Amino acid sequence: MITFMNNSDSEEEPCNERTSLMSAESPPVPSYQDGVQASEAGEAQAHRKRRAGSSRGPNSIAGGEMSGSGVPVRESALENEEEELTLKYGAKHVIMLFVPVTLCMIVVVATIKSVRFYTEKNGQLIYTPFSEDTPSVGQRLLNSVLNTIVMISVIIVMTVFLVLLYKYRCYKFIHGWLILSSLMLLFLFTYIYLGEVLKTYNVAMDYPTLFIVIWNFGAVGMICIHWKGPLQLQQAYLIMISALMALVFIKYLPEWSAWVILGAISIYDLMAVLCPKGPLRMLVETAQERNEPIFPALIYSSAMMWTVGMAKPDTAARGPSQQTWDAAEDGREHLTSPSHAESQMSETRSPVPTRPVTSLEELEEEERGVKLGLGDFIFYSVLVGKAAATASGDWNTTLACFVAILIGLCLTLLLLAVFKKALPALPISITFGLIFYFSTDNLVRPFMDTLAFHQLYI
Amino acid sequence: PAFGLFIFTIARDPLRIIILIAGAFFWLVSLLLSSLIWFIAVKASDPQDERLQKGLLIFGVMFSVLLQEAFRFLYYKLLRKAIEGLVALSEDGCSPISIQQMAYVAGVGFGLMSGAFSMINLLADALGPGTVGIHGDSQLYFLTSAFMTMVLIFLHTFWGILFFHGCEHRRWWEIAAVVIMHLTVSGSSFCNPLYVGSLVPSYLLMAAAAAWAYVLSGGSAQNLRRFLLCKC
Repeated sequence: MITFMNNSDSEEEPCNERTSLMSAESPPVPSYQDGVQASEAGEAQAHRKRRAGSSRGPNSIAGGEMSGSGVPVRESALENEEEELTLKYGAKHVIMLFVPVTLCMIVVVATIKSVRFYTEKNGQLIYTPFSEDTPSVGQRLLNSVLNTIVMISVIIVMTVFLVLLYKYRCYKFIHGWLILSSLMLLFLFTYIYLGEVLKTYNVAMDYPTLFIVIWNFGAVGMICIHWKGPLQLQQAYLIMISALMALVFIKYLPEWSAWVILGAISIYDLMAVLCPKGPLRMLVETAQERNEPIFPALIYSSAMMWTVGMAKPDTAARGPSQQTWDAAEDGREHLTSPSHAESQMSETRSPVPTRPVTSLEELEEEERGVKLGLGDFIFYSVLVGKAAATASGDWNTTLACFVAILIGLCLTLLLLAVFKKALPALPISITFGLIFYFSTDNLVRPFMDTLAFHQLYI
Repeated sequence: PAFGLFIFTIARDPLRIIILIAGAFFWLVSLLLSSLIWFIAVKASDPQDERLQKGLLIFGVMFSVLLQEAFRFLYYKLLRKAIEGLVALSEDGCSPISIQQMAYVAGVGFGLMSGAFSMINLLADALGPGTVGIHGDSQLYFLTSAFMTMVLIFLHTFWGILFFHGCEHRRWWEIAAVVIMHLTVSGSSFCNPLYVGSLVPSYLLMAAAAAWAYVLSGGSAQNLRRFLLCKC
């Protein structure tokens, strides 16, 4: 949940883009798994997923175009031009982020509305030990607050753990962790999801077919995400994984806890990114010091980096060295689940010196992509999904939350353009979303219902 | 039709999409505030009194209309500032999007949001089983709702253009006309289920607004004829 622009490597477009994104929570899924006696296997799994999801929570938007400002400097070294190009391409990048966020939300809402499984309460995860089935309101509130505290502290511990790992260069460990978690996500959760969808529509499918389908899906997903693959496919996989994760959250988080957690996570995100001692900020700064791209893990990138291997001699020279970084990053990438596209993109593209740099504008255009952390996707979808699942105003509330989140995203990107450094993507959108959810559910719904009843129009 | 408008004219340009979503957001906020007022009024009053409730509802509707127009004005102000920013930052000194286009997009944004809020629950219920008007209500409920929503979306679009034009050229009477039209249309919906009373005036008003907006945007009778008759 950090929008980050690295201006230090102004020469290196790819570097800038890569460094922009930060995934805050480290999903220490494997290590946690070891330490935890999962009460139920399913819950443990879901739990891991949740950790993974929460680790993805504080994700950030990387201002690709922000870093892209380095490019014009190369040419004209004019501040104005930077700003121009920034804002000029700003709208395009906002849309590039709108589309995947919208897609993810649509998938989640569609699933929630049609598949019963995800709205049934089948137990809770270990991370929210307090039940919400208590008779009194005060007790319920207390339990949800306690749940939130537990969850946030787990997230903080995980993030700090990740930062330590990164600091001490335990790349292999992180790599393995990420691969494991994405494996689980791709195979197990897809299996559950597919099973439920088939059940809902009463479609029979035999096990061999199921096995083949899931195997293909998972294998291609692993390759796409962790290695090379077409950008669109990678994005599609990332969206699907975010949606799956969000669905798990929606199912396993008790109601009030979910809302309190959403609120608490945005506050945490804000602090973790902006406070000088915040773990995310430390991560970003460490990566900057080492001149490496920050954890590309769990980042959705909307554009590819063509710059590696392009015209500029120093760029080309750094191309190979970046490749080695990419390999190392790959490990870091798989923090929890879908890692992001960008390092892979650079890997994909760098050995391909094909892209001729025809003009500088083209160069800039290719280079500019915006990155958004996958945890952001997940939490946005959780909010909208919860609105769809639990609001009695149905579609109105869902629509209102959707618009609110998009506007929050716009504002965050705008702030990114203004501030040009890593920014948390969650707080504004989630705040808007929460405000609109509660107000629409309680205030607008009776109004609209009465209007519709009398068929009045405003 | 509104979605057709969206796909053909707005979806291409990212800036327009942003303006659209922002427009929808502003409408949403105005709705929020107006329903807050209504809610408070209802809570503060006697729930048993039918006439009072009806009166409060009417008051709520009117107030909401006024708030919507106020927010349209606020949105206009915001867009003005944004356009200045865009002009300052653009390469060739002129903004990538004109105020008229913005007016159009803003209108569509408002319209889409209001239409969505009016229709979507209806549509969701329409998917399920049931008979229309089983309790003696009109059987044309869905149809008329659909038509009314469509006319309202179009009207919002045209009002957007008219309103912004009025603000641009400081013609207060244009703005007043838009507000009055909006109030009239909402008021006419009070005649439901006497559909003649609401649909017909609304469509007439829409035609008038359309012609007016067309003229304002630089069209003319010759343009229209040329367009319709001879695309060759």
